[in-house]
Amino acid sequence: MTKNVIEVEGLTKVFNRGFVAVDHVSFSVKEGEIFGFLGPNGAGKTTTMNMLITVLKPTEGRASVLGYDVVKQAGMVRKVIGVVPQEYTADEDLSGYENVMLCADLYGIPKDVAKRRTLELLELVELTQFKDKRVETYSGGMRRRLELACGLINTPKVLFLDEPTLGLDVQTRAAIWDYIKRLKEEYGMTLFMTTHYLEEADALCDRIAIIDHGKIIAMGSPSELKESLGGDIITISIKEDMDVSELIRSVDNVKEVKKENGSYRIKAESGEVTAPIIIEVLRRRGYTVTRLSLTEPTLNEVYLEHTGKSMRDVEESREAFITHRITLRRARSR
Amino acid sequence: MSEYRPSILRGLLALTIRELKKWAKEPIILLMAILQPVIWMGLLGKAMNINAIFSANSLSNVNIPDISIPDYGITIPSLLIKQRLLEAFDSIGANVMQNVFGVADYFSYMSMGMISMIVMFTTMFSGMSMVWDRRLGFLDKVLSTPVSRAAIIFSKVLNAALRSMFQATIILALAVVFGLKISPTFSPVNLLGIYAAVFLLSVGLSSLFLALALRSTRHETQMAVVNLINMPLMFASNVFFPTSMMPEWLRAIASVNPVSYLTDAIRQLTIMPLDASMLVTDFIYLGVFAAVLSAIGITLSWKYLTR
Ligand SMILES: Nc1ncnc2c1ncn2[C@@H]1O[C@H](COP(=O)(O)OP(=O)(O)OP(=O)(O)O)[C@@H](O)[C@H]1O
Ligand SMILES: [Mg+2]
Repeated sequence: MTKNVIEVEGLTKVFNRGFVAVDHVSFSVKEGEIFGFLGPNGAGKTTTMNMLITVLKPTEGRASVLGYDVVKQAGMVRKVIGVVPQEYTADEDLSGYENVMLCADLYGIPKDVAKRRTLELLELVELTQFKDKRVETYSGGMRRRLELACGLINTPKVLFLDEPTLGLDVQTRAAIWDYIKRLKEEYGMTLFMTTHYLEEADALCDRIAIIDHGKIIAMGSPSELKESLGGDIITISIKEDMDVSELIRSVDNVKEVKKENGSYRIKAESGEVTAPIIIEVLRRRGYTVTRLSLTEPTLNEVYLEHTGKSMRDVEESREAFITHRITLRRARSR
Repeated sequence: MSEYRPSILRGLLALTIRELKKWAKEPIILLMAILQPVIWMGLLGKAMNINAIFSANSLSNVNIPDISIPDYGITIPSLLIKQRLLEAFDSIGANVMQNVFGVADYFSYMSMGMISMIVMFTTMFSGMSMVWDRRLGFLDKVLSTPVSRAAIIFSKVLNAALRSMFQATIILALAVVFGLKISPTFSPVNLLGIYAAVFLLSVGLSSLFLALALRSTRHETQMAVVNLINMPLMFASNVFFPTSMMPEWLRAIASVNPVSYLTDAIRQLTIMPLDASMLVTDFIYLGVFAAVLSAIGITLSWKYLTR
């Protein structure tokens, strides 16, 4: 029986002007799992995470990490968690090495241990070569990896990652995914991450909560969520000019069959198993299948189902917005 | 693992060293900080020195005729009269300076005031750097670690105090180079007194500025607040002129202004004859100011650092 590492109940944050950023959110994260918070811009992901990492005070509700209350035992929570924030928070004027060592000092890690671990972590995130360069000269991907090293310095039991691959190119993104998977597998770490990349949530997370306007609208493993939509879409065309709808419907796991201009649109559970059966059934009756396509529902369809809008629409403009914001911050810091 | 015990001291040291490293990597900031008091020293202390008004030079173009007293057949040559007059004027001038400023040399007087000024302008940056840390997300990251909230505030305070002390040393050295007239009561031990006094005012003022910056996310607001405080603090004090020359209302402000106490302490320790009871008063005042304001700063930071 696995225990819950994070427990959240009715967590709510109302900002000064009465704006409800997080609205009675409840969920729990099991030991050793990667739990993803998926949602569009301004959904309340960072706000939720900030309450869990004790940086923001909840307005209402309660949350605990490893049994420690995030308000009453904030000090204990801070000791057992690692944080990789959404923004680049490393000190630009210091080197990568100095930054990680500073984090080690903040956790009170003995100097000799700290030095060894810092070098190890810089090696892990492949920054050894640049460790003595000022962070100012780092690229976005290098900064993100440095944040990861900082977040891991205290060998946390729970790691919080806020949009770990935001604004990174495909390659760097894949590398970060690799690190995250290794953390889970090698160290049995529990991970809480937020993301707005559907693929990322799908590929990495054991369970996902989809959040929109501060409310959780769906929760479960990626496949559960997708299956909740009622299955995959199989599209089939046959050579013969006959209506085989009834025949297809008789196959196990088929939910719905629609004939649409010459082809059949079939909604079925576990499509990759059902499709060959359908072909087999048709073939045995002497029909020839000329075309077949199988579409697994994506998380985007799940999001669409619950909110009536597609997450992909917001993604592009958002990317531009974030890049702009990061540039602005850097410029201001000069 | 999680058994590491983060100590206040360790965190304080780490955060302070971070600030000092940042500072050391930007010598231009130090230069700018030094520049302002140096300009004042050059302008008010040297170029437009009040001493000049009260010195013989300001009478050099006065024409004095020979004075002859024919009944006795005596003629006093104008040159002699003028010389005597100038000597008298010089000594009156020196007396006026001495009585008003406590020292005969205005440059010495105001250059020691510049040490107070550099404390004011250094400490105000502690509030600004807090705003920056919040804006750049650094503060949030630090807040998510188990480091003591007090260490976060005190690292800024300590950093401001150390910077002030370092810069005070530079100002003092420059003043000596430019002709500071040191009092006969001065001994090298006094330097420790100067550092202690500078430290106390720095702690008090930077706590004040930090408390004001705790919730602020806009450095423009912070800048306005700082200016609003710093300008009156500087002019309603004895930095440039003795409080005895001020109208009553201004003198009332100056007499509670901690900057006046620092300036007075520094002058006593360098250029003026040392008056033990006054010096003790100065230190008590500065000590109480530092203690009260840092206590307020800590209390507020517990409450308000976490939004
Ligand atoms: N300090 C604050 N004061 C007032 N409103 C805030 C504050 N911080 C966040 N908000 C608002 O709360 C909402 C949720 O913000 P949050 O940062 O949690 O979103 P997010 O899901 O992390 O979005 P993103 O993907 O852009 O990071 C947003 O509408 C934001 O404007
Ligand atoms: Mg966010």
